Amino acid sequence: MTPTALFLAQAGADATVSTGEAISFWVLAPIAVAGALGMIFARNAVHSALWLVLTMLSLGMLYLIQQAPFLGFTQIIVYTGAIMMLFLFVLMMVGRESSDSVVEVLRGQRLAAAILGIGVAGVLAGALTRALADVTPAPPLDPWTPEGGAAGGLGRLIFSDYLFPFELTSALLITAAMGAMVLAFTDRHGKTGKRSQRELVEARFRGEYERPSPKPGPGVFATSNSVATPALLPDGSVAPESLSELIESTSAAKLSGERKQVAGDTPQPDAHSLTGSEEQSEERENS
Amino acid sequence: MTPLLAQVQEPMTRAELLADDPLWLILIKAVVLMLVGPVLTVVMIVGERKIVGRMQNRPGPNRVGPFGSLQAIADAIKLPFKEQVIPDTADRKVYFLAPIIAVVPALIGLAAIPFGPEVTIFGERTVLQLVELPVGVLLVLAGASIGVYGIVLAGWASGSPYPLLGGMRSAAQVISYEIAMGLAIIGVVLYAQSMATGEIVEAQASGWYFYLLLPSFVIYLISMVGETNRAPFDLPEAESELVGGFHTEYSSMKFAMFFLAEYTNMVIVSAFATTLFLGGWMFPFVGLDSPLNQGWFPVLWFFGKMFVLLFGFIWLRGTLPRFRYDQFMKLGWKVLVPAGLVWLVLIALVRAIRNDGNVSTGQILVIGGIAIVVIVLLTLLLPEKKIEDDDSVPTTGSDYPVPPLDLKVPETTPRRKALKAKAKSGKRTEALASTKEGSDGDL
Repeated sequence: MTPTALFLAQAGADATVSTGEAISFWVLAPIAVAGALGMIFARNAVHSALWLVLTMLSLGMLYLIQQAPFLGFTQIIVYTGAIMMLFLFVLMMVGRESSDSVVEVLRGQRLAAAILGIGVAGVLAGALTRALADVTPAPPLDPWTPEGGAAGGLGRLIFSDYLFPFELTSALLITAAMGAMVLAFTDRHGKTGKRSQRELVEARFRGEYERPSPKPGPGVFATSNSVATPALLPDGSVAPESLSELIESTSAAKLSGERKQVAGDTPQPDAHSLTGSEEQSEERENS
Repeated sequence: MTPLLAQVQEPMTRAELLADDPLWLILIKAVVLMLVGPVLTVVMIVGERKIVGRMQNRPGPNRVGPFGSLQAIADAIKLPFKEQVIPDTADRKVYFLAPIIAVVPALIGLAAIPFGPEVTIFGERTVLQLVELPVGVLLVLAGASIGVYGIVLAGWASGSPYPLLGGMRSAAQVISYEIAMGLAIIGVVLYAQSMATGEIVEAQASGWYFYLLLPSFVIYLISMVGETNRAPFDLPEAESELVGGFHTEYSSMKFAMFFLAEYTNMVIVSAFATTLFLGGWMFPFVGLDSPLNQGWFPVLWFFGKMFVLLFGFIWLRGTLPRFRYDQFMKLGWKVLVPAGLVWLVLIALVRAIRNDGNVSTGQILVIGGIAIVVIVLLTLLLPEKKIEDDDSVPTTGSDYPVPPLDLKVPETTPRRKALKAKAKSGKRTEALASTKEGSDGDL
């Protein structure tokens, strides 16, 4: 649909494009491109996914403006709503700071990727030039009629002319879902299966795990209730078990002051002085 | 029943009336719509606290204003002036963006809701709706699916485990319950033969869908509570498990924005349920021509129905305990989605038979009844499944001596028996001494 939008925007001299359409195109198209670039260059995987969401959203808006509301909303619901949400779900599971492994598993992957990329770019460029060179401008669609892209017309086409590709696609998707289920399924009652809560407790006390109890939380001696802050033992030292492997903890250097405070290592006023602390006495002198 | 006929009778369809709107009218409608969400949020906060209070035998807020009715305004003034605490490990950009992403789609969702029929505003004929799209139903769904990003990103960007867990729960929850919700909506769309919200309401002139499509309605009601993260499905912010869930690390105005988004979403799903199932702006039992369904009155009926649903939200919260996460997922995937699919096939079947036109309702009911009886009889043929008793407590097997389960506790002890016999024989000779002894023995 983007080539059409491009064509419509460029043919500004013709009567086929209104001012509002042109404005929305020139607003949305740069955003879409920026989103695509951002997706490639973002360091963080979640940021990358978010940039892609932006691109998909602006594409959906473009469809809406091109009088294809069904397509536009489906794009937003399916791609941004469901697929990218699944992506985010997986990325969040992986953890925020984990970076991609640079070790190539497949031999010659880079070369194949480069050739394929160039090929796809060539195909895209060819399609674009064809789309831009000699096109008869299509009359604006009426989204209320089945011929104009309403859901009824689409459904009729899918279930009559394009039934076979549709069934093929659904078979592919079902195969993929079944495959994922087979790969991910663990039998609870099998030998390698998931342990029940009781078995887990017994295993814990038998010493198969690090410690029988849960890991300590921030606790009474901590100076912050964030879980990123390690728990402090009564002597002010960091409880090593409380450091999560999943989340980057606050660096130890930042906490040294607070730890001293807890341990009581901060400079105390002289035993003979009458003031509570040095700051207070300074304040009094100033006032 | 058929929206096409209704269109022919009217001189202009809703979409045509709306397309005629001058710019100032569109602006007025947009501003009013933007205000509906926040104003109802303010009303709902006080209402919820008062109602839940009454349900729990306590007065609820009663200090600010008459009967505590200004409590929400006090909260609204207080929240922006509180300190913003941003965690050290937060991803700052996404952390700032998340509440905005949560709020904006929530405010957009009301645009497709028809609040009333044709009216005249300052001499301009229009309908009480911002925009009538051929796929208005999808606009609301799209708004809901974008709004979740706010919650998920808030959980991720906070950089601490509880919000992360809350965000992940929310992502899984919304993806699974959106399917059930979509199936419920497809039933309505099939029946109304339109995806435009205004036309769906007009198609209900001959009967509201909440009883015509009862299974769809029930599935929608359940999934709408799941979709808005409200009790008993408020797992993303379960305070007994996750502190505050996705908004644990949020404070001040950003927290208020999550609050706003949650309540606006409640308003939207309620308004949407009213539109799809409860006849929208129509008054029950009267035709479209009745004066009760003309002019501005229908707005009242619409909001009345919506408030009933909103009260349902509060009632649920005051009544039901929170679901466990796996139970919640089981309900969604193993109950709601299959039920929705089966029901959808049934609707499609009835629709296809109806469109042929040769079959009457009575015949459909008779054939359907026979089919149900056959299915029930077939299920009787299935062999009964033996349930293994997994939960039985092992009576022996540990090293500790455990009394047998059928142990009989004797009512009297041998000593007590002997004492009684002694007391009986002693009664004849020495009355005083024997009672003393007997009482001692008992004690």
